[in-house]
Amino acid sequence: MKHLEYAIELRNITKRFGKVVANHNINLGLKKGEILSLLGENGSGKTTLMNMLSGIYYPDEGEIFVDGKLAEIRSPKDAFDLHIGMIHQHFKLVDVLTAAENIILGLNEKTVVDLKGVRKAVREICDRYGFVVEPDKKVYDMSVSEKQTLEIVKVLYRGADILILDEPTAVLTPQETRKLFAVMRNMRADGKSIVIITHKLHEVMEISDRVAVLRKGEYIGDIPTSETNPQQLTDMMVGRAVRLNIDRPQADEVTERLRVEHLTVTDIEGVKKLDDVSFTANAGEILGIAGIAGSGQKELLEAIAGLQQAAPESKITYIEPDGKELLMNGMKPIEIIKKGILLSFVPEDRFGMGLVGGMTITQNVMLRSYRRGKSPLLDQQFPKKLAEKIVNDLEVVTPDINRIPLRRLSGGNVQKVLVGREIEQSPTVLMTAYAVRGLDINTSYTIYNLLTEQKMKGVAVIYVGEDLDVLLELCDRILVLCAGKVSGIVDGRATTKEEVGLMMTHLGKPSEQELRESEQTDAPVHEEVKA
Amino acid sequence: MSIKREPFVRISKRDGMARWKSWLIRLIAVVVSLMINAIIIYAISGLNPLLVYKEMFEGVFGTTRRMWAWIRDMMLLLCIAVGLAPAFKMRFWNIGAEGQILVGGIGAAACMIYLGSAGLPNWLLLVIMAAASLIAGAIWGMIPAVFKAQWNTNETLFTLMMNYIAIQLTSFFIPIWEHPAGSNTVGTINSVSKAGWFSPMFGQMYGLNVLIVVLLTIAMYIYLKYSKHGYEIGVVGESENTARYAAINVKKVVIRSMTLSGAICGLAGFLAVAGADHTISTDTSGGRGFIAIIVAWLAKFNTLVMVLIAAMIVFLDKGAIAIASKFQLSNDVSNILTGVILFFILGSEFFINYKLKFGFVHKEEKAK
Repeated sequence: MKHLEYAIELRNITKRFGKVVANHNINLGLKKGEILSLLGENGSGKTTLMNMLSGIYYPDEGEIFVDGKLAEIRSPKDAFDLHIGMIHQHFKLVDVLTAAENIILGLNEKTVVDLKGVRKAVREICDRYGFVVEPDKKVYDMSVSEKQTLEIVKVLYRGADILILDEPTAVLTPQETRKLFAVMRNMRADGKSIVIITHKLHEVMEISDRVAVLRKGEYIGDIPTSETNPQQLTDMMVGRAVRLNIDRPQADEVTERLRVEHLTVTDIEGVKKLDDVSFTANAGEILGIAGIAGSGQKELLEAIAGLQQAAPESKITYIEPDGKELLMNGMKPIEIIKKGILLSFVPEDRFGMGLVGGMTITQNVMLRSYRRGKSPLLDQQFPKKLAEKIVNDLEVVTPDINRIPLRRLSGGNVQKVLVGREIEQSPTVLMTAYAVRGLDINTSYTIYNLLTEQKMKGVAVIYVGEDLDVLLELCDRILVLCAGKVSGIVDGRATTKEEVGLMMTHLGKPSEQELRESEQTDAPVHEEVKA
Repeated sequence: MSIKREPFVRISKRDGMARWKSWLIRLIAVVVSLMINAIIIYAISGLNPLLVYKEMFEGVFGTTRRMWAWIRDMMLLLCIAVGLAPAFKMRFWNIGAEGQILVGGIGAAACMIYLGSAGLPNWLLLVIMAAASLIAGAIWGMIPAVFKAQWNTNETLFTLMMNYIAIQLTSFFIPIWEHPAGSNTVGTINSVSKAGWFSPMFGQMYGLNVLIVVLLTIAMYIYLKYSKHGYEIGVVGESENTARYAAINVKKVVIRSMTLSGAICGLAGFLAVAGADHTISTDTSGGRGFIAIIVAWLAKFNTLVMVLIAAMIVFLDKGAIAIASKFQLSNDVSNILTGVILFFILGSEFFINYKLKFGFVHKEEKAK
């Protein structure tokens, strides 16, 4: 009878992919009416474990008990029948359908679809937990946060009592995150059990009742949130003590390096991706770029790198260390190189742009330097030495630099190769887009330190990031983009998360009153339900 | 309590395999295909399969003359496959080798016909012919590349349709060059003076064919693996965006590589006209432009491996014809036999790339 306090119990779960053990002998319980954080670095097996609950994978060994009964979850439908619902990191919605249509999609109802009934049920769910969903809105008109809400409503409509959220906050602004947490608390109050996968520690502390930590596929342990702190959790997660702060020294000399004026970029369909963006990037400074995903960050960096065409009125000026100015807009990448502008760029899409997955480390390292020398044949020695240097300096783990295609390496190692190559160019401007996406904590801090090191060497660093906590700790100034426009440029040392968050969603700096309101958004909803 | 229903077969990708193991799998595939063919042969004709295989072997290697015919055809096929390599490595699906061979052949034949009696030394005539073939093939390869680079047209359809234009072009020239009159064929060109024919080299009829193709194969291997151009081709093939990022001029690389590809396929037309047939017809390419695609793919665009594959495919082809005539089997039977062998060889790649895991194997693991 002891089982009954648990909504789910996993016993000795093991899952292998080929030789890789993704989960090894995991024992984990989710109590009824609790919010459990599943914490772990990338590749520690969190998502794999949860995918076994939602019927996407089937465990190689071990047993799953739902409500104290042995369960066999062979498909997402089995999971639904057991009232388990998972909200995936990448939404599974049909763009051209409305919210209500998406909710009933795949339910296999025999008679004519009763959209009216669905709308009513959706409204009831929304009222109960404090969601806002417009049943007739098309998914392609929705913001990321609305899509996520819809995903949650979808699983609730299907009767889920156990919800699994896979990194739900990765795509949200701080305000949206707070709303989501309010809703989660309401669901808990209603008796639902929730697992939230995340690697953001402050969120773990804020939302969960209990934390379970995974490391390299092993179950490390669980601990009530009230009895722990971020440092302890990090140590559990990484397996050794990690220092969790970023140095932000001030460079002796800060000079103008790159001046962007009236930068406007339009995509093929004529939609303005960047609208009259002006700023300067200084040598000896890290300029952070914040914004909701898709606010024009990609276009901004690519326009500077000569990979995107900018509108004629745009002006990008490069100021050489000796003060000479060079107009670089309209230049192709090869012209930028020929002018001697040492521009390094770590693009967002590693294999789609920065690297060649099918080639070895050595071959990838020479992507920037293969032109050296007059011979029509490739220099074989120089890239090999460079590759060895990067592998040693950044502790890239690889069996061989000349034989293994880069795609076989883990995400962190791949990123190290990319960042290493770009820094080895000894650039004067270093642009990075989501340089730490998918990296473990340790590697992330290595990269932050490398960027700061570059800054201190007099490089103008542009850092596009998604984690506001990091942006606030790392950057000297932060440019906030909102739908392709500059919402404002703030001092990284003086601003707050709330301010930046509001600027991401509303153009311009927020007033005192707006800031105060934003801090309280979760309170009213929460109280309503309790009452 | 054990878990009841296990999926019986699971397919998972392999991490890579030792080279000897992958060749063993391919060898097993060939052996299995020969056994299945044996059953087919027995079922259809009642013949002793071993006898048939022996005859196949004799049909190809039985006499010096046959062996040289095998070498000649193999060199021609290899030349085309080598020509396809730069395009395919760039993921530019050039299926227009047929057309490129034909226009190359037209170029060579035109020089033979119009310059054959000009009293040029034969080596000079051959050089001019080779140049004409290279240029004709290069143009034929460049046209779809320019359209692809400029307007992003589909190269598969484009190169395919260029084949039909080349066939029509050949048909257009046949009545002009007709000999003897009324035959509707070009006939053997310069059959008396032998101007523009390959002369025997190293005492061998097809020595020059071998020399040219072997040099090309090695040069292409070096070009693709060790040159800056080859590196650019590799990058463009994997990701055009990465190429742009690395300041590679994608359009230039596409056009340059396809021009090279077309030129070498055009040179194959020269080999076919000057080094083998001494005539031109719409059958000069004879489907080799398509078979060469199989060669290039099976060799994974490694030109040195292409030698082996080309040798095998020509052997199968010639062997099938030999048994068909010896045992009065229809051509279809030979085609079935070749088809089965190719099917198994292609299929074996699946087992090299993927691993099958059966339910019962898994339970044994569990018992440990």
